[in-house]
Amino acid sequence: MKARGRAWKYGDHVDTDVIIPARYLNTSDPSELAKHVLEDLDPEFRFRVGPGDMIVAGENFGSGSSREHAPIAIKAAGVSCVIAKSFARIFYRNAINIGLPILEAPEAVERIETGDELEVDFSTGEIRNLTKGETYRAEPFPEFVMEIIESGGLVEYTKRRLGK
Amino acid sequence: MGMTMAEKILAMHSGKEEVRPGEIVMARLDFMLGNDVTAPLAIKKFRELSDKVFDRERIAIVLDHFTPNKDIKSAEQCKFSREFAREQGIKWFFEGGNVGVEHCLLPELGLVLPGDLIIGADSHTCTYGALGAFATGVGSTDLAVAMATGEAWFRVPETVKFVYSGELQPWVTGKDLILHTIGDIGVNGALYKAMEFSGEVVEGLSMAERMTMSNMAIEAGAKTGLIEPDGKTLAYVKERAQRGFTPVKSDEDAVYSKVVEYDVSELEPIVAFPHLPENTVPVSKASKMDIKIDQVFIGSCTNGRYEDLKMAAEVLEGQKVAEWVRLIVIPCSRNVYFRAMKEGLLEVFHEAGAVIGPPTCGPCLGGHMGILASGERAVSTSNRNFVGRMGHPESEVYLANPYVAAASAVLGRIASPEEVVK
Repeated sequence: MKARGRAWKYGDHVDTDVIIPARYLNTSDPSELAKHVLEDLDPEFRFRVGPGDMIVAGENFGSGSSREHAPIAIKAAGVSCVIAKSFARIFYRNAINIGLPILEAPEAVERIETGDELEVDFSTGEIRNLTKGETYRAEPFPEFVMEIIESGGLVEYTKRRLGK
Repeated sequence: MGMTMAEKILAMHSGKEEVRPGEIVMARLDFMLGNDVTAPLAIKKFRELSDKVFDRERIAIVLDHFTPNKDIKSAEQCKFSREFAREQGIKWFFEGGNVGVEHCLLPELGLVLPGDLIIGADSHTCTYGALGAFATGVGSTDLAVAMATGEAWFRVPETVKFVYSGELQPWVTGKDLILHTIGDIGVNGALYKAMEFSGEVVEGLSMAERMTMSNMAIEAGAKTGLIEPDGKTLAYVKERAQRGFTPVKSDEDAVYSKVVEYDVSELEPIVAFPHLPENTVPVSKASKMDIKIDQVFIGSCTNGRYEDLKMAAEVLEGQKVAEWVRLIVIPCSRNVYFRAMKEGLLEVFHEAGAVIGPPTCGPCLGGHMGILASGERAVSTSNRNFVGRMGHPESEVYLANPYVAAASAVLGRIASPEEVVK
């Protein structure tokens, strides 16, 4: 599975309150949530993000609340993948559980700039920067986590496990 | 080789003799919870898996975030959760007059216990670490699967041990110990790890202050924040416990990824400046910066317990809130509210000019009942001061203990309790 899109780069500790502020948590409708994604960090993002675009960020992406609305909003906005130096642990679980691809790739984050055209191969963890002509590699997932990803999320994984 | 409490609890619940950091285990859960924000999503996912919850007595649904219902959409989310709770016969369903802020309510009712393994679709589930439970926040999908199977997967975390020694100065509380710690290690200083709080100072804290500490483990990125159960813990749970439990302590020869020692004898009350809990400043310095404020919030799962309200009342007794400040006090549960009323704390707040709200998470997360306008500043006893946390993205939140919050309300600027109580 591959994805291609432009990079939107942000700093460290992008928290769930700026990904989707609590004032919009009175719904869990993905398209409603997508209308407000990253609104308090980059008000332009939600209007200019294109299908397949990728969020690239520093340490501790998704810190704060357990709201699954955060990865849902990002996914529903058409973002194909989040690449960060590290993820906050609840966001990490949530993204995997709902099938939003995430990659831990500190070197890639150092090099990538906003607007760079990226291509990601999820099966190999290879990130190609088409603008800069560079290739980076993401940290591999533990085998168990890979099984959840390959199942298409935790619900599908559990169905398989329960033999449903 | 021994194990830490975190490792022992995970081993006990996954049918293993021992587990080691990095290992992934599938474990049986003692308890789980969701709220009006996270339960609706979990219920939808649950429907894909099952039509009956694994155990109706091991699930709590607490409608505490946007309640009393702040708007139609919130009311619909509550209605959806309520219908599910009724259909499934969920024993621990709380709303209306029975509701409290979930992480105050569940310990108070003896639903979360030492040695438990608990997940909650709320990041501050780590609060129950103060009782010696391995408790951690997850998202709605994890809760959905757990409601169907009674299980969740965990990567066994490394444990970092924090040892606090010395004698605390007046006005210094558990809130200051945890803010000091986060200020030292940073908001990702314990990412993916378990924190274990220990030492003579922690032993001397009330259960309420211990809960304040464990509550904010997530603000350092941690999975949970544990405190070994001792006589105080057992006395607290004994009169409440709704089921049996097995207290767990770390082995003498447990292996920690790091041990951090703090002598806190000189520690002052701490204020965390916008927009991260790690931006800590001692109150003696913060109070000299003439930071004018518009609002003070005393409440939340961090500092809304009876003991917290008592601290605030100690400073507010016989005082008036500055005329430009709105003081909002929210007792965190019906029992806390009632006790504060009977013992005269609500009268102190009333006389000082506070608004006293019903138990709710409300303003802490910018939900309702105290939202900030652009350019406004608040001192809050809650846990997060992120951009837009309590309202407009151009508002500011300063985190502090209840003494400092109360003193700031009186003087209308960030202030030390010493400036008010002579």
